[in-house]
Amino acid sequence: MTDAAPIMNGPANGSLATRNSNDAVSRGLKRRYAAERRFKAYGILAIAFAMGMLGLLFTTIVSKAIPAFTQTMINLEITLYPQDIDPAGTRERQTLSSANYRKVIRQAFYDLFPDVTSRRDRRELFDMISPGAVYEIRDMVMANPNLIGERVVVQMPMSDDIDQLNKGQIRKDSPETERRVKDKQIAWFERLENRGLVETVFNTTFFTAGDSREPELAGIFGAAMGSLFTMLVTLLVSFPLAVASAIYLEEFAPVNKWTQTIEVNINNLAAVPSIVFGLLGLAVFINFFGMPRSAPVVGGLVLALMTLPTIIIAARSALKSVPPSIREAAYGLGASPLQVITHHVLPLAMPGILTGTIIGMAQALGETAPLLMIGMVAFIVDVPHGALDPATVLPVQIYLWADSPERAFVERTSAAICVLLAFLVIMNVGAVFLRKRFERKW
Amino acid sequence: MTPDMNQSIPQDTAGDSPVTQSQADAVKLKARNVKVFYGEKQALFDVNLDIKANEVTSLIGPSGCGKSTFLRSLNRMNDTIDICRVEGEISLDGQDIYDKNIDVVHLRARVGMVFQKPNPFPKSIFDNVAYGPRIHGLTNSNSELEGIVQTALEKAGLWNEVKDRLDQPGTGLSGGQQQRLCIARAVAVSPEVILMDEPCSALDPIATAKIEELIDELRENFTIVIVTHSMQQAARVSQRTAFFHLGYLVEEDDTEKMFTNPTDERTQGYITGRFG
Ligand SMILES: Nc1ncnc2c1ncn2[C@@H]1O[C@H](COP(=O)(O)OP(=O)(O)O)[C@@H](O)[C@H]1O
Ligand SMILES: [Mg+2]
Repeated sequence: MTDAAPIMNGPANGSLATRNSNDAVSRGLKRRYAAERRFKAYGILAIAFAMGMLGLLFTTIVSKAIPAFTQTMINLEITLYPQDIDPAGTRERQTLSSANYRKVIRQAFYDLFPDVTSRRDRRELFDMISPGAVYEIRDMVMANPNLIGERVVVQMPMSDDIDQLNKGQIRKDSPETERRVKDKQIAWFERLENRGLVETVFNTTFFTAGDSREPELAGIFGAAMGSLFTMLVTLLVSFPLAVASAIYLEEFAPVNKWTQTIEVNINNLAAVPSIVFGLLGLAVFINFFGMPRSAPVVGGLVLALMTLPTIIIAARSALKSVPPSIREAAYGLGASPLQVITHHVLPLAMPGILTGTIIGMAQALGETAPLLMIGMVAFIVDVPHGALDPATVLPVQIYLWADSPERAFVERTSAAICVLLAFLVIMNVGAVFLRKRFERKW
Repeated sequence: MTPDMNQSIPQDTAGDSPVTQSQADAVKLKARNVKVFYGEKQALFDVNLDIKANEVTSLIGPSGCGKSTFLRSLNRMNDTIDICRVEGEISLDGQDIYDKNIDVVHLRARVGMVFQKPNPFPKSIFDNVAYGPRIHGLTNSNSELEGIVQTALEKAGLWNEVKDRLDQPGTGLSGGQQQRLCIARAVAVSPEVILMDEPCSALDPIATAKIEELIDELRENFTIVIVTHSMQQAARVSQRTAFFHLGYLVEEDDTEKMFTNPTDERTQGYITGRFG
């Protein structure tokens, strides 16, 4: 009554059309349903295609990676003669660490093959054992000097070629010139196998070591730690900066030429090729501020710059989507603008902000190009212990290994990709968890 | 401007003195030559209106005539709109609320607001009501806060319905309950004036009836200004009615007189449903 509806003048003129429109509607209905079914089919097809591709990707990568998780080892019985290791009997650390363990191993190994005598054969024989075996024994002796003079069984890695042979990656029936393992070595390996000295074990080295020129000694741990430190720096720098910028732009900034320019530029920044950020990092952080090369701190800063626009844009749209009625309610009760933001707007926008952050971080985690510019592509053996230590990151490690000629690096490349994917999954799960926590507050 | 304006002039002195607050006829809010602009566009033209304490004043008029704009200028909610500019003078107990020395936070604690669409915070029922007292630091003790919340919910006629589920989300209540929760939330700050902008427009008739009943009860302790598009509602709940049209306050009088014997032709037209 109050909102007086306009009075309908004239007779109701629908009655004549009703019958005809009924038919038309029922005819049209079929077409509409058919269109709906078609649309559904397209959707299902698209999803099936996406899932199929994803499945293909995962199966190829995982199946290629699986061999990398095991390593062929030899259980070698070694006598730790005091005259070889510590002739003076001082047990000094210096002496113990620089002793010629290579000779000890060589001796023990040659003893297994008394028939191999020529220098060349002996060298090929000894090549079957990884150079890393030396460290195995050294660490053992240094941890327990009382072992000197004893006879011990040491499990040590075999070289990557033998490992590949054992895993069937190098085929015995291919011509000798086309493989990296000599026929003789195959025969020796079979003898070792027959004596039960060969064992395939879980490849712990891969998860605990840094990079190495020798595939059997190379591990992903160094790169993983590098990625971790880099991501931490990225997160700590970009998240607060981005959220603060988004809040300022969305809640406080007046709408004028300046803020519009800033907005346009933020959007532009999101589209800048990542390698440009690398150049910027090189020029500003390393050359101007003299920060260390190859350090996660610089990598993190560069990636933070790259991630900033992504998070800002996501955070702004999350803030924008908070219903104005909530702000009004809070203002109406006398909350100050900051209270409105911290008590109401930000918690409600947090799930959206976190989603944007995770997308940005995932991008940053997979980024290689800008890090090449700041020297994170260096060959680094030591596992970094902080954001200032030289380090590399997972995608760069993958790139380096993919570029290596050794056959054994192929499977390690795939395994490293698995680790990278696992990182991503963990990050996403963390984000989902955080989002749930914020959402549970209604 | 209206006949009533002349009557209200003697009360000006009364309104200037806070001592007379309790007087039945005291003027709580006084608007003089209020003009409101949204950018270039003027939404209100020279509005003069006295709102008396412990009365319900309803603002009626066709859509877009500036009722909400006027209501929101009474607790400076218009400040949150960048392009909005208010001219003229609005005083609360004789004190200019647009004065530089007035803190909007304090003002809004004195002049609370209930909105058209129920807008509880996505928090528990308890936290919704406790939010105002908390930010204004009305109490430090938990038991006292619980008391405040209970009283506010009781005043809003919601206590019996929610006392067993105070920790559940306020957004899970029905529309009418949500609106009463919003009233409780406003009441919890112990304001002097409560502004309501079409508080029942999103509610069904039963919920509306409850809120109307509630408004009548609240009148005892609060001064209420309500915007409504329903003239029956204005007639039911208010003692004074002001009719707005195209940004002008056309007429303002006792509700009964407004609906039986309006002075202005436009008022008559609106009330009899000739436009709206
Ligand atoms: N935020 C705003 N920005 C610009 N114009 C507005 C805004 N709010 C209201 N107006 C204008 O002011 C006039 C009065 O609006 P309003 O007070 O909401 O009317 P009512 O509540 O009586 O329906 C309308 O013409 C409306 O278009
Ligand atoms: Mg309105």
